[in-house]
Amino acid sequence: MFWNWDYTWEIVPILAEASIVTIEATVLGFILAAVVGLLLAILRMSPRQWVSLPAAGFVEFIRSTPLLIQIFFIFFVLPEFGITLGALTAGVLALGLHYGSYCSEVYRAGLENVPRGQWEASTALNLSPYHTFRDIIIPQAVPPVVPALGNYFVALFKETPLLSAIAVLELMQTAKILGSETFRYTEPITLVGLYFLVFSLVAAALVRRLEYWLKQRWR
Amino acid sequence: MNDQPMVHFESVIKSYGQLVVLDDLNLKVAAGEKVAVIGPSGSGKTTVLRMLMTLERINGGVIYVDGEPLTHMPRNGQLVPADNRHLRRMRAKIGMVFQHFNLFPHMTALKNCMEAPVTVLKLPKAEAEERARELLNMVGLGDKLNHYPAQLSGGQQQRVAIARALAMRPKVMLFDEVTSALDPELVGEVLNVIRKLGSEFDLTMLMVTHQMGFAKEFADRVCFFYGGRIAEEGRPDDLFNAPKNERTRQFLSAVLEAS
Repeated sequence: MFWNWDYTWEIVPILAEASIVTIEATVLGFILAAVVGLLLAILRMSPRQWVSLPAAGFVEFIRSTPLLIQIFFIFFVLPEFGITLGALTAGVLALGLHYGSYCSEVYRAGLENVPRGQWEASTALNLSPYHTFRDIIIPQAVPPVVPALGNYFVALFKETPLLSAIAVLELMQTAKILGSETFRYTEPITLVGLYFLVFSLVAAALVRRLEYWLKQRWR
Repeated sequence: MNDQPMVHFESVIKSYGQLVVLDDLNLKVAAGEKVAVIGPSGSGKTTVLRMLMTLERINGGVIYVDGEPLTHMPRNGQLVPADNRHLRRMRAKIGMVFQHFNLFPHMTALKNCMEAPVTVLKLPKAEAEERARELLNMVGLGDKLNHYPAQLSGGQQQRVAIARALAMRPKVMLFDEVTSALDPELVGEVLNVIRKLGSEFDLTMLMVTHQMGFAKEFADRVCFFYGGRIAEEGRPDDLFNAPKNERTRQFLSAVLEAS
């Protein structure tokens, strides 16, 4: 038979457990990406070239190389320099840096859209750069770009199967292991696709809710 | 008034590339004096205020505020360009109100007026709030404390902006065409607030304005800018009634015709 229901019900809970690792990697990776992205965007705005150029170079470099290679590099090459990370940690770090670079472009658009008058008023009121960013610029720059950041959240989620390449026990890796044990790939792989579909839809709905809430709050 | 000027432009030059905006500006403003700056667009009058607020760098000369160099600082007996620390110390003496208000749209009127006192002056929240309430009452907005800028008219927004600047207790207040973006019927309420500041506060004021009537009535001195220089300056009565400079005459008659 092409599809075995008994086997399907048997592996549903196993994959559900693995999906927790997937979600963990997604959430942690995205938190890192959101923070790294904002930092990179702010560094790139610096009038000092020794600050802005390395930040811009880092973003270009990350965006011009494949995520899979970055994952391999962090997991397999960094230990050569004495930095040994667990598979999940390495994966989260790679996802965070990779998507942080993309997010930095989104933040940059948001920051550039804050009117110049806001900066000038901050200067005239003698606010420090820290308070200018924290209280004036970021609260105006970020809400409009939340939808774009949300898209990267969903995109990052869908790239977590790459972590199976360094044996993180997330959905894809678990499905591959199940397949190699039973020589049945149809059910595990199909189920993994379904899990991703459901989570993606839920995530997209949450992003829309957040967007709506921000609009209410910030007009 | 003491002898030391509150604001002193000494041979100040400002240019954007080839374009010289201000050419050897020399201007002294006494403490408590109210100076109106008038002139055609492109004459450099707004740049004067922006340099004083350190929003623009100057290309030559020195600006002194309250007896201390603003754009420079003394080091080993010489004046070197000011660093950020020096700028921040000096900026505390100056407040500015902008043509387009530049209120923080995500903060209520009250929060707009509390932000800088809390974060810069490190006032306790209660004290900053008390000060903000007082000032918003003074500008006639005691009933709009919790309104966001988008919920206020242009005139009300500009009055919040004035209160916000005053909350920092500056010695010098700069007004950059503060009524130019307002509907005509809202101009009066903002000018009234400025009149009130003139009588109740010991402030030195520089204002770039197109309101000739207000300049005439309110200012102690009027400076007419033309082509990056002060073409004529004097007491409002003299300058408006008997301009000596041909350019002043042309400008005033053009303005009169328009209004």
